[in-house]
Amino acid sequence: MTSRRWSRALALALAAVLVATVSACGVTRDGTDPDNRRLRMMIPNSPGGGYDLTGRSAAQVMEQDGLTGRFEINNVIGASGTVAMQRLLNEKGSDDVMLLMGLGVVGAVFTNRSDATVDRATPVAGLVAEAEGILVPADSPFQSVDDLVAAWTADPGSVTVGGGSSPGGPDHLFPMQLAQTIGIDPNDVNYIAYDGGGPLTTALLGEKIDVGMSGLGEFQGQIDSGELRVLAVSGAERLETVDAPTLQEEGVDLEFLNWRGVLAPPGISEEARQDLVDLLTEMHDTPEWEDALERNGWIDNFMVGEEFEDFLIEQNNRVESTLKELGLA
Amino acid sequence: MELLLDGFATALTPTNLLFAVIGVLLGTAVGVLPGIGPAMTVALLLPVTYNVSPSSALIMFAGIYYGGMYGGSTTSILLNTPGESSSVVTALEGNKMAKKGRAAQALATAAIGSFIAGTIGTVLLVVLAPNIADLVVTLGAPSYFAIMVLALFAVTAVLGSSKLRGFVALFLGLAIGLVGTSTGQARMTFGEAKLADGIDIVIVAVAIFAIGEALWVAAHLRRKPLEIIPVGQPWMSRSDWRRSWMPWLRGTAYGFPFGALPAGGAEVPTFLSYITERRLSKHPEEFGHGAIEGVAGPEAANNASAAGTLVPLLAIGLPTTATAAVILVAMQNYGLQPGPQFLDANPELVWALLASLFIANTLLLLINLPLAPVWAKLLQIPRPYLYAGILFFASLGAYSVNFDAFDLALLGVLGLLGLAMRRFGLPVLPLVIGVILGPLLELQLTQALAISQGDVSTLWSEPVAVAVYIVMALLLIGTIVAGRRTGTPSSELEDEKQEVSA
Repeated sequence: MTSRRWSRALALALAAVLVATVSACGVTRDGTDPDNRRLRMMIPNSPGGGYDLTGRSAAQVMEQDGLTGRFEINNVIGASGTVAMQRLLNEKGSDDVMLLMGLGVVGAVFTNRSDATVDRATPVAGLVAEAEGILVPADSPFQSVDDLVAAWTADPGSVTVGGGSSPGGPDHLFPMQLAQTIGIDPNDVNYIAYDGGGPLTTALLGEKIDVGMSGLGEFQGQIDSGELRVLAVSGAERLETVDAPTLQEEGVDLEFLNWRGVLAPPGISEEARQDLVDLLTEMHDTPEWEDALERNGWIDNFMVGEEFEDFLIEQNNRVESTLKELGLA
Repeated sequence: MELLLDGFATALTPTNLLFAVIGVLLGTAVGVLPGIGPAMTVALLLPVTYNVSPSSALIMFAGIYYGGMYGGSTTSILLNTPGESSSVVTALEGNKMAKKGRAAQALATAAIGSFIAGTIGTVLLVVLAPNIADLVVTLGAPSYFAIMVLALFAVTAVLGSSKLRGFVALFLGLAIGLVGTSTGQARMTFGEAKLADGIDIVIVAVAIFAIGEALWVAAHLRRKPLEIIPVGQPWMSRSDWRRSWMPWLRGTAYGFPFGALPAGGAEVPTFLSYITERRLSKHPEEFGHGAIEGVAGPEAANNASAAGTLVPLLAIGLPTTATAAVILVAMQNYGLQPGPQFLDANPELVWALLASLFIANTLLLLINLPLAPVWAKLLQIPRPYLYAGILFFASLGAYSVNFDAFDLALLGVLGLLGLAMRRFGLPVLPLVIGVILGPLLELQLTQALAISQGDVSTLWSEPVAVAVYIVMALLLIGTIVAGRRTGTPSSELEDEKQEVSA
């Protein structure tokens, strides 16, 4: 008898949960009032990653300042963003959805041999960028970029380069473009892909690899304690948090930024696109967004309209040519 | 010691205690649901770090982490549906125990084992964190490869006496593990981007265990009379205690170091523990029919591993699991940077966190133990409804990972494989181990060889690797010698029947 009662109680509880869920989903979207519009945002990677932090920070600012209604955020995980890109293209004509993406997604689409390239979507805005850094263990023989360039050009295969992203990702594209710049065939670069910043830190601290290339946020602790040194950063300007020169100061003519921005599905009206652009422009002007940039060490890379469109196409072509040369696209 | 007491004082304030309770309840909930893990939960809760004090947030996150390890075992045991990859092994014996009316004992040994392992692990963390952290980074890909080979070698112990069937299952598992993109090249993805990251072990385990079994039962439901699951004792007997305590300790001994190693994880120690208990048990005939040792060991191992993970995280700022990585992001949101100076610079916070781990563990024991007999009653639901519930639950879990119908199709296809394996008497454990180990082995091998540029001698270039190979050689010689002397032990025949029925 007791068991019956339990099962009934359980069934009731389950039913209650279901009803609650269904009714929560059933809240109708009010599409007429722009300040109360429900929008969807797709994030091409798992929670806690760089795309996720950028997307959720942006959505939070827009919600809190009442620029729009609640955001429905969905992590569409798969093939470093290719799945999310494909899903965005499938949403053709939907004007209530945006995809947070960036350089890594541009590359992943090529390495996965997908035809869902970024130039098929509607560009909305560029948001942030992060410089890459060249990291070496504390007692590495490389004291400067010159040392690295000398050893690397003398025997490209002898320098093992680690990065926190799979081929096609920013940590892979950066050393390849760096090699091209200093006259090394990218095919000769011995690149070891690690699954993110944690394993890359381990490899560097254990001196399993010679050089690490990555965004520096995850390495701040080791950099501050002197266990890792930064030979150079890849942006046009030095970082406030790290005492290291830029590549250009060191005589290497390369500026490389891992950027992130927002795309909308293809086939939306010019008006709908302008709405999204206006929304993000308003977001960009808030002090909360200013805080988010500072807190996360992001470079403000805001651009809209033709500027972003040209930037996107330029990046797309550049990534494609780099990966083609490597036989990865 | 005084510092630890201060830590307790911080952690026991009503606010922090409340966050600890929220954390363990949330953690248990997400541990129960397959597909949503502690990593994703902590990540989704990251925004709370803007409004809550650092100690409260970290206490809650630690509660979620430990709670997830507890919660995963509940559905493994009751429904044969592992909620987390670290509880896959628990399902093997745990669910068999449940079917014999011993669900309450299985849940109890899991809860107490987790508590003991978590507590010992936390003590070890307190003692060792400052000292061993530098050691763990000296292990490179060659050492990990050797450890994985050893683990794979250990699998041969659980192939059952029909070695052919065992190897078929193992290679099926390794084949499933091959799916995905490796070194930039897509492999067995059939041009489907959704397969590019490989197939999640939780999906495989849920499909093979839960879906496969539900289909198998459905196929026999009309022909076979229903077995009524007996109502068992609500509490562990003295013999259960006697048989559990050594596995708890051994499981802890496996789990903690693997957790502390950057590429260790929680899955490998759980099945190493399972294999060890199977070897050492005085009741080897019970394995495959619900041996309590097979639940006690792995459950201790996964919680000890969670504690071990915090060693490199706190001592050198090195996250070794997805959950630890997200906790690191949370710390950085507060401007805290774990690393060599972290322990000295933030003693209150660190000790409050350690104290809260003890508290989270105690809370989890208090919540889970009384619930064990209650959960066990769930199995009294008539079987058609029970299996309908299991199918619903498994599908919900698979769908909730990505909100993508593709995963449901994958679940169905692998579920059919599970049905076929039961039909043809293939053991499921080697398959699951193959799926876990295959990709790890490959990753470490390609990494080692890429660094050495194809020079194979790199594989024995690290002392740990050499030591592991020597152990392996000794085990091999030992097995051959023992096999010569005794011939085929009679228990092997029993084994075969069990594996076939498993």
